[in-house]
Amino acid sequence: MRPANETELAEIIRGADQLRIEGGGTRGLACAGEVLCTKALSGVTLYEPGALTLVAGAGTPLSEVEDLLAKDNQRLAFEPRRMNALLGTTGETTLGGIVATNNAGPRRISTGSCADHLLGVRFVDGRGDIVKNGGRVMKNVTGYDLVKLMAGSHGTLGVMSEVSLKVLPKPETEATLAMSGLSPKQAQAVLAQALSSPFEVTGAIHNVGGETLLRIEGFEDSVTYRAGQLQALCGVELSVRGDDSRGIWENLRDLKEFEGSKHDIWRLRLKPSDGPEALARLDVINAVMDHGGGEVWLEQSVGTDVRAQLNGMFYDAQLIRGEGGPRFQPQPPVLAKLQAGLRAQFDPRNIFNQGLMG
Amino acid sequence: MQMPQPDGRVLERKAQITARLRAALPNCPVISDPRELHAYECDALTAYKCPPLCVILPGTTSEVAIALKICFDENVPVVPRGAGTSLAGGALPTADSVIIGVARMNRVLETDYANRFIKVQTGVTNLSVTGAVQEEGFFYAPDPSSQLACAIAGNIAMNSGGAHCLKYGVTTNNLLGVTVVMMNGEVVEIGGEYPDAGGGLNLLGVICGSEGQLGIVTEATLRILHSPEGARPVLIGFDSNEVAGACVSDIIRAGVLPVAIEFMDRPCIRACEAFAKAGYPDVEALLIVEVEGSEDEISHQLGLIKDIAMKHNPAEFRESTSAEESAAIWLGRKSAFGAMGQINDYMCLDGTIPVSELPFVLRRISEMSQEYGLDVANVFHAGDGNMHPLILFDANKPGDLELCEEFGADILKLCVEVGGCLTGEHGVGVEKRDLMTHQYSDTDIETQLRVKDVFDPKWLLNAAKVFPLDSTQSRRMQS
Repeated sequence: MRPANETELAEIIRGADQLRIEGGGTRGLACAGEVLCTKALSGVTLYEPGALTLVAGAGTPLSEVEDLLAKDNQRLAFEPRRMNALLGTTGETTLGGIVATNNAGPRRISTGSCADHLLGVRFVDGRGDIVKNGGRVMKNVTGYDLVKLMAGSHGTLGVMSEVSLKVLPKPETEATLAMSGLSPKQAQAVLAQALSSPFEVTGAIHNVGGETLLRIEGFEDSVTYRAGQLQALCGVELSVRGDDSRGIWENLRDLKEFEGSKHDIWRLRLKPSDGPEALARLDVINAVMDHGGGEVWLEQSVGTDVRAQLNGMFYDAQLIRGEGGPRFQPQPPVLAKLQAGLRAQFDPRNIFNQGLMG
Repeated sequence: MQMPQPDGRVLERKAQITARLRAALPNCPVISDPRELHAYECDALTAYKCPPLCVILPGTTSEVAIALKICFDENVPVVPRGAGTSLAGGALPTADSVIIGVARMNRVLETDYANRFIKVQTGVTNLSVTGAVQEEGFFYAPDPSSQLACAIAGNIAMNSGGAHCLKYGVTTNNLLGVTVVMMNGEVVEIGGEYPDAGGGLNLLGVICGSEGQLGIVTEATLRILHSPEGARPVLIGFDSNEVAGACVSDIIRAGVLPVAIEFMDRPCIRACEAFAKAGYPDVEALLIVEVEGSEDEISHQLGLIKDIAMKHNPAEFRESTSAEESAAIWLGRKSAFGAMGQINDYMCLDGTIPVSELPFVLRRISEMSQEYGLDVANVFHAGDGNMHPLILFDANKPGDLELCEEFGADILKLCVEVGGCLTGEHGVGVEKRDLMTHQYSDTDIETQLRVKDVFDPKWLLNAAKVFPLDSTQSRRMQS
């Protein structure tokens, strides 16, 4: 089913028993129900560069939005990841999918996640009612912030029809600073030092067994200055600038490291300084420590449950691909109860994405 | 403005309820003396007052839990209170309510510079959070003008912003985790020590900005950042509001993203200047634009801003030349409300509009000012469109407050009409409660009420706020 507008979307939902919500299909999530595809809810309806605001249908392809923003030298600063390489899917990333998964790339460490840039949503709940929350302005505390709730709700609370996002100017240039030969622990210390400096690092990654990388962005002279300061502070050396640097971070963003992998892929989030400890406990095939240590992408042998090996640590793990355990982090009983309560309010007939998020 | 009739069943049991609270909380002040209760009868929205049944000032999360559990059992409404600086009446009590104030819970619990967070009890003031980490070169970014007095508890309840959120975001963007006590006394940990901690639905995002209606937040983990190497404001004066508005839009479009762009009009400039002696020029509209970085980075950005500003023929362009001058410039801006208060009674509004609508909205406000016969001073965060029109009125003149409120409501409706919202950072409270239907449909509101049903099924927590009373009546009456 492929509604062409919000009214059709509401009608479909009112008559449906079980639905699997799909945007561009880049995640390939398997759950029961008829596929409800949001791709036709597409198109940018408002773009105001001077107000840093964009409003678009939930099915709008990311590439269309990026092309439009680029004309005014702007971008989605939270750097959504394209999951195709990692998951071997061919679909195209949509805005709705990005919001539903609260998808954000390496720049999340400095600039925040999709939720931090989401200004408003329109969605249809499980009753078939059209609901809006938030709006299109950057500061809005009118009523409850359901915008944040919808971000990362994986289509379990409603089907988004329109989203409104904050955009930001593209910096004049960027540079990658690199250091090799570090253990995860050493690398994490370097990344933390850089992130705790005034030099506005917007990417902080360690490829386990490979390089430790920092990114800085801004005006040419400022990037040169900060590269020098960071080298003096923690020893990382300026590696490449401009388009070469952009290419590196595009690959990091889209997790190309794991392209073609036949193993299970996990995403672990935890306190950045705990990243190396988690890696030490796990028998990883390949790993990338992003967000200064706070987001670790892991390639594990098929069927391994990483959670079993992280007892006593505070973390959350999502199984991105494979069979090693529950896909979403199991929630403590008191939080699970609140979440189930919200889900029952938004989707009382339990028709959306059954089996996702517990 | 209407508040619900107090529950007679609660009022007649006042003595038993306070006795039960005192017995269960031996180390915690339980205030019920009518003279002492005066201090809690309103917050910074002083037009409305009502003493509560009693006030509890817990020192620990478990005392908050004990107090809430008793109120839950006794079906007593509860009004959470931070420092009582709400401009929207968020902490306004009803006669049958117990105020639970976190003012005594003001300890810093943990600082972690390597992971860039601080854990505090929520009675700490906003400014003291930065105070706790600035020796190490760090700061807490959200900076409401009331930051000397306002508590983190209230910042979280209202999702407070400030002048510098153009770059650093508002409270919700800087909040990592909370300890929250539910109305039934259950203590819940949400989030953690890193962004989006714990997985699952984003409950933290819902708690933040819920105006004390979902639970009482007693501890918070906040993101801290290393301070920039330096910062410098520049003053740009214009002969017209429209041109100043166009300049703001051009600066943003040009790809320079200052940390703050503040806007003041002539009445506000004059009042602030008289108060803070910041050296503000006497112009129609004044922008304070601040950039950060090293000396060279600052000079470069200010150069770009100057180029843009010059295209708009400013009446004045003046860079701060010293730290003292910079401090004075900000003191003037942050004292705006206090400065206006010295010369007149005023009502402070808080609508947000799309930046592109600035010139139109300012023109309409000035036309409406003529129609209502009340003066308006404008001060606002221009970069993000968050306006604070201050309507001047005479509290001693019969009918003036009502006229002022009507004018204020018209301005906020205008904000919604042009694509904005009723409140950008102060919250709805009681002040804008009855305007919610202008921004949200019945379904939109009902969906929000259902969220409260999950967290506070008895509708006891701050329940007479945020939503129009008739939309919540059946829920509030159930207990």
